Amino acid sequence: MKAGLRDNQDFWSGVMLIAVGATALVIARNYPFGTSLRMGPGYFPIVLGSILALFGLWFIVKAFRSTEKIEQGWSLRALIVIPVSLVLFGILMTYGGFVPALIVLIFGSALASDEFNLLEVALLTVGLTIGCIAVFIWGLGLPYPLFAEF
Amino acid sequence: MDLFQNLLFGFGVAFSLQNLAYCFIGVLVGTLIGVLPGIGPLATIAMLLPLTFNVAPVGALIMLAGIYYGAQYGGSTTAILVNLPGETSAVVTCIDGYQMARQGRAGPALAIAALGSFFAGTVGTLLIALAGPPLAEVALKFGAPEYFSLMLMGLVAAAVLAQGDVMKSLAMVVLGLLLGIVGSDVNTGLHRYTFDIFELSDGIGFIVIAVGVFAVGEIVTNLGNPERREVFTSNVTNLMPTKADLKASAGPIVRGTILGSFFGVLPGTGPAIASFSSYMLEKKLAKDPSRFGKGAIEGVAGPEAANNADAQTKFIPMLTLGLPASGVMALMLGALTIQGIQPGPQVMTQRPELFWGLIASMWIGNAMLVILNLPLIGLWVKLLKVPYRLLFPAIMAFSAIGIYSVNNSSFEIYLTAAFGIAGFLWLKLGFSPAPLLLGFVLGPMMEENLRRAMLMSKGDPSVFLTRPISLAFIIATVLILIVMIAPSVRKKREQIAE
Repeated sequence: MKAGLRDNQDFWSGVMLIAVGATALVIARNYPFGTSLRMGPGYFPIVLGSILALFGLWFIVKAFRSTEKIEQGWSLRALIVIPVSLVLFGILMTYGGFVPALIVLIFGSALASDEFNLLEVALLTVGLTIGCIAVFIWGLGLPYPLFAEF
Repeated sequence: MDLFQNLLFGFGVAFSLQNLAYCFIGVLVGTLIGVLPGIGPLATIAMLLPLTFNVAPVGALIMLAGIYYGAQYGGSTTAILVNLPGETSAVVTCIDGYQMARQGRAGPALAIAALGSFFAGTVGTLLIALAGPPLAEVALKFGAPEYFSLMLMGLVAAAVLAQGDVMKSLAMVVLGLLLGIVGSDVNTGLHRYTFDIFELSDGIGFIVIAVGVFAVGEIVTNLGNPERREVFTSNVTNLMPTKADLKASAGPIVRGTILGSFFGVLPGTGPAIASFSSYMLEKKLAKDPSRFGKGAIEGVAGPEAANNADAQTKFIPMLTLGLPASGVMALMLGALTIQGIQPGPQVMTQRPELFWGLIASMWIGNAMLVILNLPLIGLWVKLLKVPYRLLFPAIMAFSAIGIYSVNNSSFEIYLTAAFGIAGFLWLKLGFSPAPLLLGFVLGPMMEENLRRAMLMSKGDPSVFLTRPISLAFIIATVLILIVMIAPSVRKKREQIAE
């Protein structure tokens, strides 16, 4: 085994595909498979899950001969901050209203950038929020309360 | 002649004040996002799709199409002035376009790019009008086996021709097909892969996947690779190309249009392949190939014509067969479905205003784009100075509102966040996400047609080989696979990739 499977692109591709394929297969066991004439709801998923797992195996085998490294340039900050701001937006749309949700989303996602500048982002947040209210609520008439009633 | 009458009818539809306005908004937004690197037509159309629900189908389609081909025009502006492709289709334009700008010839480069695109757009539009009706007539005779084989061919071709590793693209197609299964089974009502989550019983919304992967996932990726942008704008004064420029560009534009129209109909080939082939062709045909890379106008004219012709003819399979040849076309199909129109060959006869109105609007839109892009170039140059750190929070806001407005569902927002993370991981592992979207859209149709075909044939799989049209598709699929996996072709692909 070659050193450095840890950042081997093919190895992790294989792991990802096998994981998804296997999950699909395990769940689809409970669906009726049917016959070729009358395919049950389990037929297509099981075939696809198996194909996906085979693709995964192929990549794992390939990984031992390949030196393809995973691309550099990660921003762990962005990877955490961006999805979290989206989730907060989702929660606030239900419990807080359009304005708080949007402010948290815009300000929050701006935090993901390395070049974060408080004044600039504050202005951006206010401007964008007003713009979105004008376009989506007043212009297009989307039926969301600006602030939720408590 | 029928064609003439139909076109006249189409122009009647497209020239209504409302549809003209939609067309204008479409090409304006298209140019805007085309100019801005870091946001493409796919993410934009996905974001704006929910806003078209209240618009009549013709208007919605006209606007969305305008965004798509408008982006091809806008992308070249950025390529020429900043040496950064505003869209992937403009990668090749950077090579000679930017050199021309450095020599103070940005104006002629921009003008030739716009004129070439306009010529290609006109021809491409005409091709749709000519090829559409006969193709749809053939397609009306297709049964379940033909559709299944055709989709199989489309998916394999899409995966094989997409940029990057063939095996990875094929795996993405299968993954997309699997994601398409989520939801209640049409035949039995059984909930598959829903994890008892109520919101999943209707399946995953394709806007969720498109925005999650293409907007959110891209943002996360881009933030990991800080950009360097150097706007080169001092010399955009004289737009007029010289007579020599026009003469040198005429041939490349015509050849680029032909190449682009050919690649456009093939599934999976992004406009980048068309423009790259055109560039290689012009370099081969040139008397002095060494000028290429140093500001040869042919290297701008050909590829720009090619990518616009490609964008235009991509509509042919979507409008006539109801099958998407690219991720954007998958979104267009989704737009039709949401409007309550079943995509397929019957659209042309049942909703002629949709088909002919769209075609006429494309021609009008292309004309608008020439005007938008040339005299207003200064405006777009200013836009280029908006830094990404201000742009991406806005993209996030529009994406989130767009998705939420589809079903007023917070759950779909969470799902988008999840697909954003998945999209980032896929990009890092070298998987291109466009084949996934195609598989996802075609998955349910494929399963349905497979089941029907097997019922028809009483469970005999040879039905796909005994019906001649289906057999032809299967043979084509196998040929594509053999040719592409052959070592010599693979080597060439790797060279192109570099």
